[in-house]
Amino acid sequence: MPFNLLVTACLVYVLILFTVAFVVERRARAGRLGWLRSPVVYTLSLSIYCTAWTFYGAVGYAARSGLEFLTIYFGPTLVFVGWWWLLRKLVRIGRQYRVTSIADLISSRFGKSNTLGVIVTVIAVVAATPYIALQLQSVVLSFGVFASATEGSVAVDAGRTAFWVAVGLAFFTILFGTRNLDVKEQHHGIVTAIAVEAVVKLVALVAVGSFVVWGIAGGLSAIIDKIDASGLTAGAVQPGRWAGLIFLSAAAVITLPRMFQVLVVESDNEDQLASASWAFPFYLLAMSLFIMPIAVVGLDRMPSGANPDMFVLTLPLAEGQGALAMLAFLGGFSSATSMVIVESIALATMISNHVVIPLWLRLRPAEAGGEDLRAVVLNARRLAIVAVLALGYGYYRLSGGSAALASIGLIAFLGMAQVLPAMLGGLFWRGATRTGAILGLVTGFTVWAYASFLPSFGPGAALSEAVFQGGLFGIGWLRPQALFGTEGMDPLVHALFWSMTLNALAFCLGSLLTFPGPVERLQGAAFVNVFQGGSGPQRWARGQVEPEQLLAMAQRILGEEVSLALFEAAARDQGKAGFLPDPTPAFLDALEARLSGTVGAATAHAMLSQLVGRAMVTVEDLMAVASEAAQIMEYSARLETRESELTRTAGALREANEKLQQLSVQKDAFLSQISHELRTPMTSIRAFSEILTEGVLPAEQVTRYGRIIHDEAKRLTRLLDDLLDLSVLENGMVQLNLGLANLHQMLETALTAARQTRPERNFLVTRDPASEAIFLRTDADRLTQVFINLISNARKYCTADQPELRISLRQRGGKLTVDFVDNGKGIPKESQSLIFEKFARLSDANRAGGAGLGLAICREIMTSLGGSVAYLPGQGGAAFRVTVPLRLEKLAA
Amino acid sequence: MMARPKRPLFLAPASYRRRRLADASRLLPVFGIILLFLPLMWTEASELRLTSGHVIYFFGVWLFLVGVAAAFAPGLKAGDRAADGSDEDED
Repeated sequence: MPFNLLVTACLVYVLILFTVAFVVERRARAGRLGWLRSPVVYTLSLSIYCTAWTFYGAVGYAARSGLEFLTIYFGPTLVFVGWWWLLRKLVRIGRQYRVTSIADLISSRFGKSNTLGVIVTVIAVVAATPYIALQLQSVVLSFGVFASATEGSVAVDAGRTAFWVAVGLAFFTILFGTRNLDVKEQHHGIVTAIAVEAVVKLVALVAVGSFVVWGIAGGLSAIIDKIDASGLTAGAVQPGRWAGLIFLSAAAVITLPRMFQVLVVESDNEDQLASASWAFPFYLLAMSLFIMPIAVVGLDRMPSGANPDMFVLTLPLAEGQGALAMLAFLGGFSSATSMVIVESIALATMISNHVVIPLWLRLRPAEAGGEDLRAVVLNARRLAIVAVLALGYGYYRLSGGSAALASIGLIAFLGMAQVLPAMLGGLFWRGATRTGAILGLVTGFTVWAYASFLPSFGPGAALSEAVFQGGLFGIGWLRPQALFGTEGMDPLVHALFWSMTLNALAFCLGSLLTFPGPVERLQGAAFVNVFQGGSGPQRWARGQVEPEQLLAMAQRILGEEVSLALFEAAARDQGKAGFLPDPTPAFLDALEARLSGTVGAATAHAMLSQLVGRAMVTVEDLMAVASEAAQIMEYSARLETRESELTRTAGALREANEKLQQLSVQKDAFLSQISHELRTPMTSIRAFSEILTEGVLPAEQVTRYGRIIHDEAKRLTRLLDDLLDLSVLENGMVQLNLGLANLHQMLETALTAARQTRPERNFLVTRDPASEAIFLRTDADRLTQVFINLISNARKYCTADQPELRISLRQRGGKLTVDFVDNGKGIPKESQSLIFEKFARLSDANRAGGAGLGLAICREIMTSLGGSVAYLPGQGGAAFRVTVPLRLEKLAA
Repeated sequence: MMARPKRPLFLAPASYRRRRLADASRLLPVFGIILLFLPLMWTEASELRLTSGHVIYFFGVWLFLVGVAAAFAPGLKAGDRAADGSDEDED
């Protein structure tokens, strides 16, 4: 198969990917993504977990260590089928807080600390570099396989091939990865291109596998026999490695920057994740289904010196299947390129957000509004992509490109897995602090570098022989592969155990012993309780910033059009016209979230802090928020009080209204009553005086009629006197005749006077003469009038057969109360409020000749005397209480 | 410690079902771990020799996990949307 054809096929394939990415980008910009956001594309994009290492290396791994290669897939499988534990929360946090990378996640969880962002970025770059070198190497190797298979063609210069592949990848990545700054760091074009590549690699591997099983080995049972016969499975599986590798791959699938990018950053909704929870493990299963048969058949068929890493290519070539080999080559090419592209985008985002932009802002802080920061961000990303690929290429050239693919892959996994304790701790433990995270990461990274990464170069390369044999500084228990004297462990398990243990220990101790700052605590609560609603804590106090400055800054990052639209919408929400909303806490939060989608949480926070003039939420801010809440509560309490007051007033008004209506009815009744009262004597006076004028009557008749006329006239006069008295009292024009008076005397007088009312009734009066020996300074005549009235009333209305009246006294606080209690049936409740009104009289049955003015007059008198008269309910009969001051001073009246 | 927001004491049957489904989904990886370590436990350490039987066993377990996860996914997905806004916390 001509080598040139291979290169052409390669270029055509890349061109197709370009087209796919380009078309999707255009659709995305037009907002027509449709099925491109479906779970299928999401799941397929996750397949960048399967790199060239999986595509080529897994066969080599199986050929060397048997079934152990499966562990690399079991870890992710367990993580995905258990998505409800971790992935769901991770994706929710990623979407809610617009996380742009794993460094951004860690940094924003621990109080938007850029230090943490830098540490995670460094770890990610160091761990990814060998991995990228690995991909370049696999592409170069696969080119080499074809070159050597093609007779008479030019020998492939490995270095040059690697170089051009790296350049091509950098070009593709820059073109689609840094076209624009998205609000959320999403790249639909690239994701779709990767999904296409995922299909290609699956199809290629399944095609080769099927050819091997049915084309060469001759069916399923034959291949099973071959597996048993090969002795491949005889390679002992060490339980330690088995468990360690499953753990490692499980950690890697969530911490690797490229996995985080497609899993969290590019995720649109949680439904995608639900589907991927089974579809991605299924994809992995399909990818590894034919690994074992290919390895077995390869070992069987190929010459003994052949590189088992390349069986996927060499087997079809050896069997003369050029087209199949071509497909396999494209599959491997896809695996390598997709990994490198996504990894370099993820790393470039981290580098620009956590290293370059903070540095840039520190070096040139004053030029707010002057320049468009977007250009700086984009250029920083482009440079970072080139740098990452250059590092990978450099590593490839340095390492000589010979080591077995799988071992360096696992070392890279372990490096990145150092982020795991900080990440899990941050997601599930509110007590995790920034200091703890820094300590854990630095410890883990150091142990990893010393025990795993540096020794991987071989003795005498990065670490000297002496260190390998005798330990650092000659200390025996610091030997890189036997830390603390744990000799004989598998090197990888050894490094895994010590780095993760010490990392987690440092993280936990650091968290337990330090105290988190306010932002850290807010962020911690927001992340850990992400499912408990809300859009996170309010992070900004009302700022002292001009909206113009904010707009200028937003324009630097988001661009003019987007920022203006954002500000206008915010202003409209606040009910303002124009483009400048008030810098309310809510607006600042929204703006920060928007900015952090582009430059990361730490940088966005720092930039806003610069303008708002507050680096952190202080305790005072929290207090302010708290007191604001308290004010609101107080205000609502006040409202409540006012409302109940209103209710009470309304009730009083209603009562008054009812009373008025009753009074009006009574007044009408009284008017007819009084006209009747006036009319009756008038009628008899008129009639008798008429008879008298006729003058023919005997003398005794004249005398009788004269007395009748006289009596009637007296009655009239009394009635009119009462009315006059009342009106005088009511108008406050009464003249009081103040003097010292004996209470006993007054009661005696009153009882005697009242005896004229219904004299036929024999009343039993209960008194306490001893307590009555009191001198009052008051108007004795008026008070006696009240007493007479009350006693007469009792005589008139008490219905008992053996009427009794009890008069009791009590002195209290300069006041004297005199109670008149009879043993009648009392006054019904509904009438109690009316008896003191003018013209009030109870049922006609109790009419006793009065005009219903007595109690009204009593009340007016008592008011004039500075006291009161009231009905006492619940005394067993009608009961009235007269309250009178012991010493009445001269009133204004 | 912040006061936990009040949650209803009893749930409608649909949300109740969904929570039990989530519980089952949480148990799945635990179950998976046990199954994937089983062969290492029953084989004696001296002769940890894997055969094609093991290969079939592992792929069988794998397929089983995928199948169960696939059976759970639609219920959890639909429920997620229904419970949006008043999402439960994780305990």
